[in-house]
Amino acid sequence: MSTETIIWVLPLPPLLAFFLIVLFTNKYKALSHSIAVGAAGLSWLGSMVVFIRALGVHEFGKEVFESTVNWLPTGSSWFQIGVRIDPLSAVTLFFVAWTVLMIFIYSIGYHNFGQPKGDHDHAGLPPHGATLADEKGHKHTVLSIEPMYSRFFAFIGLFAFGMFTLVVSNNLLTMFVGWEVMGLCSYLLIGFWYGKESARNAAIKAFITTRVGDVFMLLGVAWLYSYTGTLNFREIFRPEILEAMGNTMAFPALAMRFPALYPFLSSFSVAGAIGILLFIGTVGKSAQWPLHVWLPDAMEGPTPVSAMIHAATMVSAGVYAALRMFPLLHADQSGDALTIVAFIGAFTAIFAATIAVAQNDIKRVLAYSTISQLGFMIAALGVGAYVAAAFHLVTHAFFKALLFLGSGSVIHGMEHGVLHTGDHSVDPQNMFNMGGLRKKMPITFWTFLIGGFALSGFPVLTAGFWSKDEILADAFGHGHLAVFITLAVAAFLTAFYTMRQITLTFLGEPRTKESEHAHETPWTMTVPLIILAVFAVGYGWVGMSEHLTGGLVPNWFHEFVGGTLAEVPEAAPFSIIPLLTSLFVALGGLFFGWLAYRKVESPAQDKLQIPVLKNKWYFDELYNFLFIRPAYWISEQFTYKFMDSTVIDGILHTVGRAALGLGHGLRNYFDKPVINEFIGDGTGNLVKKAGGGLRRIQVGRVQAYMVASMVVVIIVAVAYYLLVM
Amino acid sequence: MSIPLSWYLILAAALFCIGLFGVLSRKNAIAILLGVELMLNAVNINLVAFWRYLDPVQVAGQVFAIIVFAVAAAEVAVGLALIISIYRRRNTVVADEVDLMKW
Repeated sequence: MSTETIIWVLPLPPLLAFFLIVLFTNKYKALSHSIAVGAAGLSWLGSMVVFIRALGVHEFGKEVFESTVNWLPTGSSWFQIGVRIDPLSAVTLFFVAWTVLMIFIYSIGYHNFGQPKGDHDHAGLPPHGATLADEKGHKHTVLSIEPMYSRFFAFIGLFAFGMFTLVVSNNLLTMFVGWEVMGLCSYLLIGFWYGKESARNAAIKAFITTRVGDVFMLLGVAWLYSYTGTLNFREIFRPEILEAMGNTMAFPALAMRFPALYPFLSSFSVAGAIGILLFIGTVGKSAQWPLHVWLPDAMEGPTPVSAMIHAATMVSAGVYAALRMFPLLHADQSGDALTIVAFIGAFTAIFAATIAVAQNDIKRVLAYSTISQLGFMIAALGVGAYVAAAFHLVTHAFFKALLFLGSGSVIHGMEHGVLHTGDHSVDPQNMFNMGGLRKKMPITFWTFLIGGFALSGFPVLTAGFWSKDEILADAFGHGHLAVFITLAVAAFLTAFYTMRQITLTFLGEPRTKESEHAHETPWTMTVPLIILAVFAVGYGWVGMSEHLTGGLVPNWFHEFVGGTLAEVPEAAPFSIIPLLTSLFVALGGLFFGWLAYRKVESPAQDKLQIPVLKNKWYFDELYNFLFIRPAYWISEQFTYKFMDSTVIDGILHTVGRAALGLGHGLRNYFDKPVINEFIGDGTGNLVKKAGGGLRRIQVGRVQAYMVASMVVVIIVAVAYYLLVM
Repeated sequence: MSIPLSWYLILAAALFCIGLFGVLSRKNAIAILLGVELMLNAVNINLVAFWRYLDPVQVAGQVFAIIVFAVAAAEVAVGLALIISIYRRRNTVVADEVDLMKW
């Protein structure tokens, strides 16, 4: 098959799996997961073939795989859609294919395939466990299979389809379609256990929050289309078009109308304005401040979903879209657009890191860590470090998927312990209930440790070090000192809370009976962990800075991905300061994290449980106050009481009354007098009177009738005679 | 020479008028019935006269006369039965007094 054909069909197997499972195999659990994993495997295979062929092309950035078809006729021309694999999408495809496949396999174990049905499990609630009796009659409780097992695989199949579509698209429209498919799946999967109110709320929150971003993104897409007449990346990013957009004022009419604001408004170019609109879509999807609130709540979903949405795919899609739009942001002559991006990214990075320090739920720490790391990428993009952002995107996807799946494994092991003791008040996700799990769950521990070190940027060995160091070096090298310092502090906090998490979860002694009885998870869960751990370490080696290796190993990633752009970005000039900084923050953070938490037994001993951090800087409360309560108030006062009860009901009541009056009028002045009395009764009366008159000729004497008939005969006869004869 | 056809017809017309007068003027129902019989026989005279003068070869005229006899007999039987029935109920044979159908 030609490479282009493979790219076209690459997203389809998971979609097919979705329909197969939903329509036919919903009842058969083994068949359903086989179809889903098989489909993910096919897509994986296709992705690997495409990736390897892409590696074989010399100067791939200039000779990308692209294929288009005419889709919608637009007047005299066509709106074209198509697929494109360039260096950026090739590396994205690589990590998406791997993580998706790993997550699919992991889900089999996570949802307890092969375990008995639960005693009182319901669809829409997590499994509660099943009671089994062994041959001696001794009863014990084991994990039970997820009641909606097939449904889960259908949804993640659809999700994978959305992600692959997004990655292979060569235009903003199909990319947006994939983007929205993922938004839908995110909603469905976060609310997978819809029996829990918190899950329902989280699903709605995620959907609506990302929708805010999507609306702006759609505006940007529409503006871009009306300006350039195309949504194809290659067309948009032609140098002359970019230059024209970068030099055109975005709001000329507005700037003329308000001369006072002219200096402010005139600094916005079309490229910058569109870029920022599209970037707001990224802010929503990648959970950047101020639209970050949905992501931690999204932890209500099953853990593979957390890994899928919040590490490997959906949030990466946001950064991927921002990377795609980088030339647009870069074309803005004033540079304001990139400054905004850098600010949002850097602020999010440190802001989320401070919250992560005070969270006790193992998954929530990772959720905030994800927000923070995405902030790193966005900030890198903002300082122009395109390649560093892409590199961190890939390495982060691997180690964060690993960490999420590892935390799922930990939770799974803890649930085992909870079922063993039967004490359901113990939260299997609270890290203070854990401790000492390294002995109980060795594979999970070692892989989690690798993931955690990668996240912290443990020097030289792990992928996170190389990508994070590149971001810091670029921020420093391009002279963005504020960004550099912010990110360095955020990186320190990252290492700190990661070590806190590892220490609380795995080190020390078990703090609860449940953690004493935790159990290593099945191979379907541990094998993906091991594979991802390999990438979490090894992937960094393809992007080692040439300054550190002394040019012995070429920085392949930089060469390859940098070729996506028309002009390959220069690597930042070497400086020892960012290197020392990243060494210090990684090692220092890890060390202090261990030092501070090695003896902590309960939340009370944790000095960092500061209310403001614990409550996430009160953003939920703020949004509740700023948006949700006013929205409720408006819907209550305006929509319900004014619009619905007064205006709409008023109109309806008026119409009703008018109709009633008309009915009365018709009844009293038309129906009764005309129809009833004149036509109805009048006819009867007429017939009655006619009958009354006519009856007088019925004299009852037979001879009178005969006389009458004889007279008539005579008259007729005479008349006949006279007239005819 | 023989009697011309018109004489028969005048006789029949006279007989018919006598019968009709009886039917219209008599109060007794039996007398009315007698009038009807006279009218029927006037018709019979016509039928036989026409047959004899106009088409003596065919028997159709005679056949019609016989059919009229038969019908007259039946009519008398039915009519008398009705009159007897009325008499039994109302104790009268006067046509004017039988006025159930009057308004």
